[in-house]
Amino acid sequence: MAVQSRPRQALAIAGVLALALGATACSGDSESGLDPDSAECAPYSAFQGHDGESVSIYASIRDAEADLLRQSWKQFEDCTGIEIDYDGSGEFEAQLQVQVDGGNPPDLAFIPQPGLLARFAQANKLKPMTAEQKTLADTNYPADWLKYATVGGQLYGTPLGANVKSFVWYSPKAFAEKGYQVPTTWQQMIEISDKIVAENKKPWCVGLESGEATGWPATDWIEDLMLRTQPAEVYDQWTTHGIPFNDPRVSEAVDRVGSIIKNPKYVNGGYGDVKSLTTTPFQEGGLPILQGQCAMHRQANFYANYLPEGTKIGPDGDIYAFYFPAIDPAKGKPVLGGGEFTVAFTDGPAVQAVRQYLMTGEYANSRAKLGNWITPNNKLDVSNVTQAVDKLSMEVLLDKSAVFRFDGSDLMPAAVGSGTLWKGMVDWVNGKDTKSTLDFVEGSWPK
Amino acid sequence: MDFADEAPKLLMLLYGLIAFAVVVGGLLVLLDVVPNWFARRREAALVAAAPVDAPAAAGPRPRRRSVANRPEGALALFFLLPTLLLLAIGLVVPAVRTTVLSFMDGNSDNWVGLANYRWMFAQDEILGILTNTLIWVVLVPLVATAIGLVYAVLVDRARFEAVAKALIFMPMAISFVGASIIWKFVYAYRSGEYDQIGLLNQVWVMVGGEPQQWLNNAPLNTLLLIVIMIWIQAGFAMVVLSAAIKAIPGDVVEAARLDGVNPWQMFWQITMPSIRPALIVVVVTVSIATLKVFDIVRTTTNGNFDTGVIANEMYNQAFRFGQTGQGSALAVFLFVLVIPIVIYQVRNLRKQREV
Repeated sequence: MAVQSRPRQALAIAGVLALALGATACSGDSESGLDPDSAECAPYSAFQGHDGESVSIYASIRDAEADLLRQSWKQFEDCTGIEIDYDGSGEFEAQLQVQVDGGNPPDLAFIPQPGLLARFAQANKLKPMTAEQKTLADTNYPADWLKYATVGGQLYGTPLGANVKSFVWYSPKAFAEKGYQVPTTWQQMIEISDKIVAENKKPWCVGLESGEATGWPATDWIEDLMLRTQPAEVYDQWTTHGIPFNDPRVSEAVDRVGSIIKNPKYVNGGYGDVKSLTTTPFQEGGLPILQGQCAMHRQANFYANYLPEGTKIGPDGDIYAFYFPAIDPAKGKPVLGGGEFTVAFTDGPAVQAVRQYLMTGEYANSRAKLGNWITPNNKLDVSNVTQAVDKLSMEVLLDKSAVFRFDGSDLMPAAVGSGTLWKGMVDWVNGKDTKSTLDFVEGSWPK
Repeated sequence: MDFADEAPKLLMLLYGLIAFAVVVGGLLVLLDVVPNWFARRREAALVAAAPVDAPAAAGPRPRRRSVANRPEGALALFFLLPTLLLLAIGLVVPAVRTTVLSFMDGNSDNWVGLANYRWMFAQDEILGILTNTLIWVVLVPLVATAIGLVYAVLVDRARFEAVAKALIFMPMAISFVGASIIWKFVYAYRSGEYDQIGLLNQVWVMVGGEPQQWLNNAPLNTLLLIVIMIWIQAGFAMVVLSAAIKAIPGDVVEAARLDGVNPWQMFWQITMPSIRPALIVVVVTVSIATLKVFDIVRTTTNGNFDTGVIANEMYNQAFRFGQTGQGSALAVFLFVLVIPIVIYQVRNLRKQREV
C-alpha cells in the first residue's frame, strides 16, 4: 500500500504545482489604464496617490445595473490606480449585517434603507465624514435628502441614485385612441377607471410577488396614499411611530388603496382577479399595458428596467408615466421616492477618496450618461438624463413646490418595514380586513 | 459575445479551480502521507525490536507495546484533532452563543431574561408557525417512510425493479429549491378566463372546479408544501429500506415460507422485525431533516399565507428583521425539539451494538 501510493502522490503534487504556476503566469496582465497625468485624468487629480489600493463596495444593485455602476467609475479607477471591488447581492440587507457583526465589513456600502443606516450609525459602525466631505455634501445635495442619512446630528452618508415612486405607467397610444386625457386629479383618474370598467375591461394591473420581499409594491401604494390623504407631518409621525400603526388616519389611507387594488372590477388587468396580485411578479405587473390588457400601473420610474428590450418610452411611445395625482391639489404635490446612501465602514485614505468621488458632480454625470439613472445630486447636468420617464422624475425631484418624502417602509424598523408590513399587505390583499391587518403590524413594532 | 470582456470572470474561475485543486490535493496528500509515515515508523520500530525479541521471547513484550502505542496515540490525535476543532468552532461555540443571545434583545445589547421565549408563545403568528412545524414533523416522516416502505416491498424482486426504483429515487437528486420551483409551477394559478399553466389547476378545471390559488389558502397550502418534501424524501426511505429488505437472511424467509405464511404475515412477522433498525434510522433522519425545513417554504411562499415554519421564521427574525434575540430563541427551541430524537437514535445505536 505504502509503496503503491507513491507515484500517485508525485502526480498529485506535480498537478498542484503546475496549476499554481499556470495561475501566476495568467495573473500579471491586470495593469491597464490611462496615464495619470493626461488631460482625461485631470478631474481626478485630487484623488490620486493611492495607486494599487483596493476599496470594496457592497450593495443590493445587481446584474445589468451593476455593470453600469462598474462602467461609471472605470475612468476613476484607471486614473487613480484605486481598484474598486464591487459586489452586489440579493441578500444585501441580511448579509451586510452578518459581515458587520463578524467584524468583516465592506469599506463602503450603498444602503437603501435609512432605518438600517441609522441602526449601524447607532451601533458606532459607520465612519463620519471629514469636514471637506461634509461641505461637499451640503453644497451638492438638498437638505431634505441629507436628513435621511443624519443620525444624532452627525451626517453619515450621501445619496447615490434615487427613484421617484409616485408614477402611474400607461399607454399613450391606448389613451389617445379612447380619447382619455392624462388625469391630473384623483377624481379624473377614477373616472377613467370607471369608463374602462364600463367597457368590460380591467383598468389596473398590480404585481406584488418579489421573492422574500413579496408585498413591497403594496406598501408603496399605502405610503403614496398616506401622503395624499394626510399632511406630510402625519406621514413623518407614521414612519417614526409617533402615531400608532392602527390609527384611523392610517386605515383611511389603506382603505383608499383598497378601493383600487382590492376592487375586483379594477384589477388585475391581464392576470385575472384580486387573488392573482400576490403571485404576479412585480417585474411583470405592468407588462399587460403593452398588450392593451391593462390601462394603468402604479410603479416607480425604475420600472423602465423591466420593460422588454425595444419598448419605446415617451409621450408618443408604447408606454409612459404620469404623476400619481393628488387627491386635493390645493394641498400641494406630494412625491414619494427612495434612493441609496453611500456609507463608509472603514476610513483608509483610498476609501475616503472613493467616498468623496461618489459625491461629486463628475461622478453623477458619468453615471447618468450611461442611462436609466437619476440622482438628487444638484451638480447633475439634466441634459445627461435621456430616458423620458427619468426626465420626468428629474422634473419632479427638482420641482420646488413638491413635498418629497422618503419611502416609509425603508424608514421604519426592518422588523416592520421589511417584515410584518409586507406580510400584512399580502394577507390584506388576500382578504384580511384592514383593522386586523393594522393591529397585527402595530403589535409587531419593536418596543 | 466578446471573449475578451469575459476574461476577468474566466480568470476568477481559474482561481477557483486552483484553490479547489490545492485544498483537495493538499488534503489527499496529507491523508496519504501522514498515516504512511506513521505506518513506516511502526514497521521500522517493529523491525528494530525484532532481533531483540528473538533470543528472549518473554522479556520485551511490554516494551514492544509501548513503542507501538506511542505513534498510534499520536495518530489517533492527528485524526481527531481537526474533527474536535471543527466541532468546537462550528457547533459548540455557536450553540452556546445562540443560547446566550436568546436571552438578549434585538441588538444583543441588553439582557431581557425570558422575554424572547414569552414573545414566542404569545404571538398568534408564532404559535401558527409552531403548529405548522408540528404538522410537518408528524406527516413527513410517517408518510414518506410509509410510501418508501410499501414501494420497496412491492418492487422487491419485481421485473423492472431497477427502473422502478430509479423513478422514485430521482427526486432525491434535485435540490430542495429546485424541487420547490418545479412544484410552484404545478400549483401555479391563472384566473378562470385564462388558460391554466399549473398542472394541478388544469386537472382541477378539467374535473369541473374553479381554478384555485393553492398556495394562498391555509391550511391546505401547508399540506401541499409537505407533498414536496415527501416527494423528495420517499426515495431516500425506499432505497434504505429496500437494502434492508434485501439483507434479510434467505434462510429466515425460506423457513417462514415452509411454515406456510401468507404475504401479509410475511410482511408483519418477518420483514418488519428484520428491518426495524433501518426503519428507525429512516424515520429519525427524515424527522430531523423536516424539523430543519427551510428551503421549500422560503422558495414557494416565504412563510406568507400562514405557511411559516420555525427555521424560516428564525432566519427572518435574526437576519432580515435584526431581531437577533427572537431569532436565537427560535433556534434554541428548534434545538430542544431535535434533542429527544437524537437521544433516541443514539440509544438505539448502542442497543444494536450490544446485540
